[in-house]
Amino acid sequence: MCGATEGGLSLDGVDVAKEAIIQGQVLRDSDPVGNAYVRLLDRTGEFTAEVPTSATGHFRFFAGPGEWTLRTLAPKSEPVDKVVTAARGVVAEVAVAL
Amino acid sequence: MSRETALVDADWVEQHLDDPQVVLIEVDEDTTSYDKGHIRGAIKLDWTTDLQDQVRRDFVNKQQFEALLSDRGVANDSTVVLYGGNNNWFAAYAYWYFKLYGHQDVKLLDGGRKKWELDSRELTEELPTREKTSYTAQEQDTSIRAFRDETVEAIGVKNLVDVRSPDEYSGRLLAPAHLPQEQAQRAGHIPTAANVPWSKAANDDGTFKSDDELKTIYTEAGVDWDKDTIAYCRIGERSSHTWFVLKELLGQDNVKNYDGSWTEYGSLVGVPVVLGDEAGEA
Repeated sequence: MCGATEGGLSLDGVDVAKEAIIQGQVLRDSDPVGNAYVRLLDRTGEFTAEVPTSATGHFRFFAGPGEWTLRTLAPKSEPVDKVVTAARGVVAEVAVAL
Repeated sequence: MSRETALVDADWVEQHLDDPQVVLIEVDEDTTSYDKGHIRGAIKLDWTTDLQDQVRRDFVNKQQFEALLSDRGVANDSTVVLYGGNNNWFAAYAYWYFKLYGHQDVKLLDGGRKKWELDSRELTEELPTREKTSYTAQEQDTSIRAFRDETVEAIGVKNLVDVRSPDEYSGRLLAPAHLPQEQAQRAGHIPTAANVPWSKAANDDGTFKSDDELKTIYTEAGVDWDKDTIAYCRIGERSSHTWFVLKELLGQDNVKNYDGSWTEYGSLVGVPVVLGDEAGEA
């Protein structure tokens, strides 16, 4: 499983070389947060996509090359923003701590 | 239609959890999210299997829709309240779909599943049981559904609103950024289409912005309120959300959703396509 996070979401069937992938895990005190929402904002701050985290707190986007912001919303937490750079053929791993 | 008739909030839903007249329905892009917990009493519709013909690219027909709702226990006089994740993206699609087949009393839960979860309201894995009904649908209301020829003829005549992200509109991406990008069709947008990403209509928590904020967003993007409007996206779901805003919240007449959307238009032979951030000429 080339490029997949250990214990993360499977990349089986995805041609990683063609994609600019941003993925990661949302954690609170080292525990996975399975009921968070991760929003992908483009370089102008415009919303591009949103995914709920998996039971293990994981999320993934197929973005374009460039700079993006991940905004994480979760119950009982303030939103957390993380800037990430994506590049084709690369899996950008992001850990979001609430 | 107006905000008062088309939307309910979470408190309203909590007060009607045991109201037999109200049928809560979860419709999510992630069709498994219901199984991981849903609002008590809610049933599930799967947009990939329940709402789409499994052979042709089209919706289920009138008879199939009637059989579906009868089987799930939805009656003609039920108050249907739809909710889902991702700013009610697919719930708004189902709302449009219910309207397409003439269901009278249908509403969206403002903020959908996300707001419900962010508020730490109760979810359950318990499956409800509903008595079967004998549902009768109307013929499709094509005053809210646009097809490809009508969309091509609308270039330079009607408002075309492309509700995809700026990167999809310009042709830098072919699909929403949480989906793999390999697609057969050409990238870009329909000439003259304004780009108003569907999500601009929603706050971070998934609730809809105020009517004044919404009017400003579409006016600044160049929507002429005196013209008819066709909204499109990639497969017609996000544009259902914008259709809901323009038609049901802001009360615009003659708003249609082009459900063929970019996956159809971008594959047509001989139609004009614009690349880049400008709307382009007719």
